[in-house]
Amino acid sequence: MTGLEITGLTLELNGRRILDGVDVSAPAGQVTGLAGESGSGKTMTGLAVMGLQPAGSKVGGTVSYDDGEVQVADLLSLRPGALNRMRARRIAMVFQDPSSSLQPMLSIGAQLTDHVRHHLGLSRQAARTRAVELLERVQVPSPEAALKRYPHQFSGGQLQRIAFAIAIACEPKVLIADEPTTALDVTVQAGVLRLLRGLTDDLGLAVLLVTHDLGVMSAVADTVAVMRHGVVVEHGSRYQVIREPRTEYARELVESLPHTPPPGTGEPE
Amino acid sequence: MTAVPLRRRRAPSLPVAWRRPAALAGALVLLAWVVVALIVPLLPLEDPLRQSVGAAFQAPSAAHLFGTDQLGRDVLSRTLWGVRSSLPLAVALVAGSLVIGSVLGALAGYLGGVVDEVIMRVADLVFAFPTIILAMVVAAALGPSLVNAVIALLIVSWPNYARVMRALVLGARGQEYVIAGRLLGAGPLTSLRRDVLPNVSAPMLVLAMLDFGNQILLLAGLSFLGLGAVPPTPEWGSMVADGVVQFSSWWLATFPGLAIFSVVVAFNLIGDSLRDALDPRTAGAVQGSSI
Amino acid sequence: MTARLQVEAATVTYRQPGRGVLTAVDGVDLRVEPGEVVGLVGESGCGKSTLARAACGLEPLAGGRILLDGEPVQRLGLRAREVRLRRIQMVFQNPYASLNPRRRVGAQIEDGRRVAAGAPAPVGELLESVGLDAAAASRYPHEFSGGQRQRVAIARAMATRPDLLIGDEPIASLDASLQARVAALMRRVALENGASLLFISHDLAVVRAIADRIAVMQSGRIVEQGPAEQVWAAPQHPYTRRLLAAIPVADGLGRLPAV
Repeated sequence: MTGLEITGLTLELNGRRILDGVDVSAPAGQVTGLAGESGSGKTMTGLAVMGLQPAGSKVGGTVSYDDGEVQVADLLSLRPGALNRMRARRIAMVFQDPSSSLQPMLSIGAQLTDHVRHHLGLSRQAARTRAVELLERVQVPSPEAALKRYPHQFSGGQLQRIAFAIAIACEPKVLIADEPTTALDVTVQAGVLRLLRGLTDDLGLAVLLVTHDLGVMSAVADTVAVMRHGVVVEHGSRYQVIREPRTEYARELVESLPHTPPPGTGEPE
Repeated sequence: MTAVPLRRRRAPSLPVAWRRPAALAGALVLLAWVVVALIVPLLPLEDPLRQSVGAAFQAPSAAHLFGTDQLGRDVLSRTLWGVRSSLPLAVALVAGSLVIGSVLGALAGYLGGVVDEVIMRVADLVFAFPTIILAMVVAAALGPSLVNAVIALLIVSWPNYARVMRALVLGARGQEYVIAGRLLGAGPLTSLRRDVLPNVSAPMLVLAMLDFGNQILLLAGLSFLGLGAVPPTPEWGSMVADGVVQFSSWWLATFPGLAIFSVVVAFNLIGDSLRDALDPRTAGAVQGSSI
Repeated sequence: MTARLQVEAATVTYRQPGRGVLTAVDGVDLRVEPGEVVGLVGESGCGKSTLARAACGLEPLAGGRILLDGEPVQRLGLRAREVRLRRIQMVFQNPYASLNPRRRVGAQIEDGRRVAAGAPAPVGELLESVGLDAAAASRYPHEFSGGQRQRVAIARAMATRPDLLIGDEPIASLDASLQARVAALMRRVALENGASLLFISHDLAVVRAIADRIAVMQSGRIVEQGPAEQVWAAPQHPYTRRLLAAIPVADGLGRLPAV
């Protein structure tokens, strides 16, 4: 299988076990959802895969990576330099708050092209062309002009699209998206979810989507893994997990959502 | 309805501060100096004021453990006697500027408007002059004496505290718990005392602790210029100031300098621990073991 | 009958240095009747929080007026809040910022009891009414999770025996599994104590579940209001329809919400 395979991932911080053997696989071309409440370890799983766990934490288990060209038996055992190269080229990440994940003092153009020139060895002109293509791909209006602007001149939704453009700039095979739509308004969220789904399908990305929002899961995830206390308690297709949850905890999560008939259907409950 | 379970309880208490090794070390150093200040007349020391021109600039030896100064006075004796003027002065200076600066800064930040304008423009006026020059001018106008030097230094030091306090209060004032308190009917003074000040005290405390060394050295500057401690009163700052011009006699500045250093470090250690102890979030934790 | 809260053509403006005047709330009319739960829904920047703050007297009105039981709500200046106006209480968005970290939870609820109209319930009872242990009173805010803190904030507001409780995005920073629960708790506690509830949220699904009436706000104006079921099932305004269509429904079917 190509994609990302997390096996027995553990993480200990200050003597507390935050991840207690996480097993989850994220195959290419699919969105794998990691659901759970705050403190369940879903965000930490994403960070640990990227080697971005907090300083002083002890990580165990394996994360294997395979994109057809490159195979890494265990990302966790890579030396920092090698991991850094993986992170730059093959595994990308998108965070919750685009206004703090982009550098406020650099233009969008600089943030898109520096990265591309450095890692793909493109010329200034070629990198610029690529940057415009990327912005078109994520549907940022008037990409040429957008390159000259700075993060504060964009809305939250546009910024998150730009963050996706930066993430896919070096043609990664794995994308970790940590609550990418949580800070966005619901109408803006809808557009970003479509974008995420489109990128997954078109680029064959293996996406690990971390979110607490089961509505979002239901919309874009192919499979859903429910986490609690640092372990995956249930992993299955989105339909199975949401409609026919097998574990008590997953059922509670689903049932805690407001019971509503589909909106705007003209028929009250 | 089932009750939501709670996390383990942890309450703050002041004595916890002394259970921290760093705070204990700081407290012991200060306590030692206080004891010295009290019993120094009883110690078998030379008279700190007795000059002996023949014995000037003697390096540390069995007769003079810390050596002698340019007038042949015993440096050990002068260093120990010096605590009697230096420590109370520094405490008075820091406490005074902390109180004055905090009150003015808090008023400026909380009330805003004209009050803010007036207080902060006066502060700017003080900031516009180099500290030591302004202190000199004020001290000279008031006449040379330790009390006047303290007044002069209070005048030049409060704006630092006022400025930090104002910024902290401005930040805290918009916090939801402060607004919630106002909605429950708290007037401005209650709001300041109950909701704002306790939450900005930590950085102020740290600022004050860091200021001790500064104040001792400023006082030394004034003494050096003849505007502070009137010679021949032993006082650390002026001893250091006298000593640094005598390059070949290292002991002149070193020993009173070490005395200042010990006091500054002691206050800093206490300040850090006090900050943690006063905050319920860190009160139960021993340093370094919690995030 | 006079409404508990009556907002008449209220306008709130902000002066932005170098960018002119921003009208955050633009001539809004809104009524909250005694014992009624009104949900105010809109996206970020639509002015719903500004309206809530204005109703508490925290924002000056540039036009129109806001009445509590027929008497105007004055702006809260430097002086202590008028006794009459303390019957409006608010639960804030951020449970990590709405409690004083240096004071025990019990003391903070006690602040509310002290200004209560009539005889307030004991602190322990208030805590139990929001689903916490009575023993929680002696703890500090940092010992509670976000959801528990929000319960404490609700207890503090209810301690004053308010006539109107305003929730300003009180569930936005909570886990999804807690949101509906805390919203329902606010409705129950408010109604049990005879208070009206103005519940502000960006989440139409949650608001529908607890509100009697829903008002939808866009760019400072209320574009649609009506009974909750009607707004949910048969929205009239195009913006409401867009808002509803964009909600991702947890049905496991993989339907992407409409843009």
